[in-house]
Amino acid sequence: MPVRSSRFVRQGWAGLVASALPATLLAGAAAAQTPPLSGEKAAFPPFDATTFTGQLFWLAITFGALYWLMSKVALPRIGSVLEERADTIARDLDNAAQMQAKAEETAKAYETALAEARKNAQGIAQQARDAGAKASDARRHAVESELSGKLATAEATIADTKAKAMTNVRGLGTDVAVAIVTKLTGKAPTAAEASEAVDQVLARG
Amino acid sequence: MAAGGGIDPIHQFEIKPIVGLRPFGLDLSFTNASLMMVLIVAAVSLIMIHGSSQRSVVPGRLQSLAEMIYEFVASTVTGVMGKDGMKFFPLVFSLFMFVLMANMLGMVPGSFTVTSHIIVTAAFAFLVIGTVLVYGIVKHGSHFFGLFVPSGVPGWLLPFMVLIEAVSFLSRPISLSLRLFGNMLAGHIALKVFGGFVVALLAGGSVLGYAIAPLPLFLAVALTALEFLVAFLQAYVFAILTCVYLNDALHPGH
Repeated sequence: MPVRSSRFVRQGWAGLVASALPATLLAGAAAAQTPPLSGEKAAFPPFDATTFTGQLFWLAITFGALYWLMSKVALPRIGSVLEERADTIARDLDNAAQMQAKAEETAKAYETALAEARKNAQGIAQQARDAGAKASDARRHAVESELSGKLATAEATIADTKAKAMTNVRGLGTDVAVAIVTKLTGKAPTAAEASEAVDQVLARG
Repeated sequence: MAAGGGIDPIHQFEIKPIVGLRPFGLDLSFTNASLMMVLIVAAVSLIMIHGSSQRSVVPGRLQSLAEMIYEFVASTVTGVMGKDGMKFFPLVFSLFMFVLMANMLGMVPGSFTVTSHIIVTAAFAFLVIGTVLVYGIVKHGSHFFGLFVPSGVPGWLLPFMVLIEAVSFLSRPISLSLRLFGNMLAGHIALKVFGGFVVALLAGGSVLGYAIAPLPLFLAVALTALEFLVAFLQAYVFAILTCVYLNDALHPGH
């Protein structure tokens, strides 16, 4: 058994070398000597020219079919899918960029609005403060002028009263002076003398 | 997998008819290779068409996958050819996905690797170079052949340079097809050979065989990881080189 098997292996190699060498040089001639597609050991199969026609025939049919299927169906379809995907991705990225720009714009607008509102609020507060201050000032002025008016009236009244009182005091003084002089001297001075004397005393202080 | 119980690393590349079709004496049978091509188209369509059917702005899992692949290939195309290179985007995308799915589905044990047949990789390479030639000549006319005339070369050297440029241009479809074909073929053969070693050693039943068997097993596991990397890398290399060659048609002249 082992001897026979290895002999077959050796025969195989020998067969390869023996048939391949002449066949390479004279494929057609080698094939002509071989009975076509017979079960017997024939020429080295890849150089068996009797199979060439059939192989070329079926190769033309199958490769033609493959070329047609690939160029008309598969490749355009895959190409369009890839293109569509590239488009979709580009569009999505574009949209995202636009959205971001819009968001940034909105944020900027918000910031501006906020700053403006803050400024407005400050203005309003200032105005309110100013108005309040002005109003209180005005009221104070009114109250002050009213008070000073009242004060002036009161002072006038006082002065009037004082003057009146002073006149009364002078009349009284004159009367008292007449009475005192009469009591002391028994002789009543004239009213003019008495009032002159009182005036002199008052002027002295 | 293996014919007659033995381990034949070539067997996995055999093309077996499923439904015989022989119109006009041409063998157009629906084979295991044809089945894998149909499965490739179905798998790519499942991801790209079913995945994008929701058209949702927030994608689900399958739609995310479809969009990632779309953007990966689109960035490769615009990176090499600039914005106007997007007119070739469906072509580069279809090539990349077909090759990638062929390589990946080929990694499923018991399946068939479409790209391990040189006729398939050569068909793709000639499709690319044909597109370069047709578009370049239609768009730029004779100016397109300025591609073969490098600027700033002294006159006596020019014929050699033109010859070298022409040879390099003509070798592009060959290198483009052989690179992918060779990588897939060699990788799958290597996997099968190391897997075969494990079976052969264990079938021997000897103590030494059992002792050594883990080594090729480990290598086969490591190679599987490497093959997944190669499966993606070769599809990417194919797409990048397609872009580089198409760029010559778009912007000829050095």
